[in-house]
Amino acid sequence: MIAKRFQKLRTALFAAAGVGALWAVPAAVQAEWGLNLQRPVTEIARVQFDLHMLITYIVTVIGVIVFGVMFYSIAKFRKSKGAQAAKFSHSTKAEVLWTVIPTLILIGMAVPSTKALLLMEDTTDSDMVLKVTGYQWGWQYDYMEDGVSFFSKLATPQSQITGTEAKGENYLLEVNNHVVLPVGKKVRLLLTAKDVIHAWWVPQLGGKKDAIPGYINEMWIRADETGTFRGQCAELCGKDHGYMPIVVDVVEEAEYQAWIESQKKKS
Amino acid sequence: MSTAVADHHHDEVPKGITRWLFTTNHKDIGTLYLWFSFIMFLVGGAMALVIRAELFQPGLQVVDPHFYNQMVTVHALVMIFGAVMPGFVGFANWMLPMMVGAPDMALPRMNNWSFWLLPFATSLLIASLFVPGGGPAAGWTIYPPLSVQGGMGVDLTIFTIHILGMSSILGAINIIATIMNMRAPGMTLMKMPLFVWTWVITAFLLIAAMPVLAGAVTMLLTDRHFGTSFFNAAGGGDPVMFQHIFWFFGHPEVYILILPAFGIISQVIPTFARKPLFGYSSMVFATAGIAFLSFIVWAHHMYTVGMPLSGELFFMYSTMLIAIPTGVKIFNWLATMWRGSMTFETPMLYAIATVALFTVGGLTGLMMSITPADFQYHDTYFIVAHFHYVIFCGSVLAMFAGVYYWLPKWTGHMYDEKLGKLHFWLTVIAFNVTFFPQHFLGFAGMPRRIPDYALQFAEFNMVSSIGGFVLGFSQLILLWVVIKAIRGGKKATAEVWDNPEGLEWTVPSPAPYHTFATAPEVR
Repeated sequence: MIAKRFQKLRTALFAAAGVGALWAVPAAVQAEWGLNLQRPVTEIARVQFDLHMLITYIVTVIGVIVFGVMFYSIAKFRKSKGAQAAKFSHSTKAEVLWTVIPTLILIGMAVPSTKALLLMEDTTDSDMVLKVTGYQWGWQYDYMEDGVSFFSKLATPQSQITGTEAKGENYLLEVNNHVVLPVGKKVRLLLTAKDVIHAWWVPQLGGKKDAIPGYINEMWIRADETGTFRGQCAELCGKDHGYMPIVVDVVEEAEYQAWIESQKKKS
Repeated sequence: MSTAVADHHHDEVPKGITRWLFTTNHKDIGTLYLWFSFIMFLVGGAMALVIRAELFQPGLQVVDPHFYNQMVTVHALVMIFGAVMPGFVGFANWMLPMMVGAPDMALPRMNNWSFWLLPFATSLLIASLFVPGGGPAAGWTIYPPLSVQGGMGVDLTIFTIHILGMSSILGAINIIATIMNMRAPGMTLMKMPLFVWTWVITAFLLIAAMPVLAGAVTMLLTDRHFGTSFFNAAGGGDPVMFQHIFWFFGHPEVYILILPAFGIISQVIPTFARKPLFGYSSMVFATAGIAFLSFIVWAHHMYTVGMPLSGELFFMYSTMLIAIPTGVKIFNWLATMWRGSMTFETPMLYAIATVALFTVGGLTGLMMSITPADFQYHDTYFIVAHFHYVIFCGSVLAMFAGVYYWLPKWTGHMYDEKLGKLHFWLTVIAFNVTFFPQHFLGFAGMPRRIPDYALQFAEFNMVSSIGGFVLGFSQLILLWVVIKAIRGGKKATAEVWDNPEGLEWTVPSPAPYHTFATAPEVR
């Protein structure tokens, strides 16, 4: 009797899990609609994206099981349907099971996460170094090898913010001076700040890192493709925290060299 | 004979304002705490509506960015320290003595003081909004160096935190003293109701965590005014050290907000499932386990500050571990419902919603424990969605469950079931409309704590704001329900519900001013 009931439950759960998986499967579609992480263009961002999808599937399945059991109970064990309350108050078997299974899932998650962290923290063998300094409210970029240095600030006019003018396509995500990086090169970023804590974040290029006064933090980027990628400061840094975007142009090597030369002449 | 006369005199309920000012009665103090908590809930909610109004569409319409940051900061401080923590202390005051068969709290005068500190402390916080330079605007985490830049509003906030911390510590001492010393004969530790267990563990967390916060903000104060450089890199200090100290307090604080909620849920579900709580002892051990882990996971709030790899790994593993005892709790509640005989009065609806939606918050928490992925989630709206699922759906919905569950015991009248259900459905639906889209906003890359946003975030923000306003105004229904039940309604029996377990149901409804002058026998 109990076995049969469990079988019924299992069928119900699998059906529910199927629906949940359908919801989660078309990741590409979700990205188009702004429902998921932005499309990754570096190895780190891709690793993060894959881990994100994996853990999302796992928690979706767990969620579907928990909700399935809950709604099944709500539908089935109602006093109004004449359900009689059972007397049991513990079951060692069940308790061991729902301690051990989550532990195994967690170990399964810990392995790829550890690998990803090892990859992310490995800033050795970089091709170039870009120093990023956070200010209230803008960024300073120093190309360490070439001595090129410039500030980059929000370019959206105040009139768009206050609404006297229509908002442009890249409202709040446009700057006066773009960062330019060569495609396929390992760029080591050194992050620091002059006043308060900021965080440099371009979602498609990988995770964020804090820029802290008195600290030099590291991260690295190797973009797989050319294009313009936009991000924002991600640590509350005062009044204009919402107004210090980041724009990175990833270009071909030759174009990058030409750009660097022109910048050198400017400075 | 003379004892009888003395008893009679003692039973008289004092009249007027002095009853509330000078009261040492645990039920009166509980009532004060609960009303205070509800008022703060409305004040903090009003601030949330300012935030949602500004975020209704891109651009700046309602407030300027500096005031927006103040709203973000004070909303959080008011909700955490003004609404949720005092709310649970209110439940503790009302219910713990009755649950363990004690006549009152162990330290009644201190009890009075720990309540009356609160209105003064929160007045300072609210007043900070009106001083030159405005209130605190560095987020509730008040990270330096940003918080060092603020005006005297930050100092008022620091004193607020000192006083609130004092109040919490006094309250925690009182709760521990009561539970350890005043249990009725026969009530062994492992016979205590789970709400008592979760509160005693919470009280220990409070005593361990609050002084740490007090230390952190005191260092901030001396950095601001007395030339020290605890957190100033230019003076040899370390801004990241503040974060470590803050979160050493901050993570246990999260469990201070949630453990009493687990206790309430563990009282409510068995009553309406008509079945004993599944796995009582594993519940107790899971609670203790969560409390222990809460002290070794703090840096998962700061994965992006540039910790060494070994630190990131340690905090990732320890954070993942939390899923295990938390999972045990959720499975135990499900198993309590399994093969029960359930009815769905408002307290049960709220308890089920708490378990369901807290699970959502728990699962997103599991996602965030994965450090590499958290480098994307950190400081986005995904985090905002996560902690509202945990704190609103975990703590606040559980408090709603508790209010409806014990309101007949407090007032002697049944509440209006129809209004209760209306409050429930509006709250739960509006909550999800408000916060579920914020998961997607975070994925898509919207940072938190910004007053204005890029155009691709517009639709979900509008949905979220509409939900927020419905959610906010729905809470007035609760006020109406409570006032209605105080003023009259169907008389409640002593048991109120269908054969509930616990000593509080053995006294008449409303509970007399003094209960258990003679300790009951517990089998």
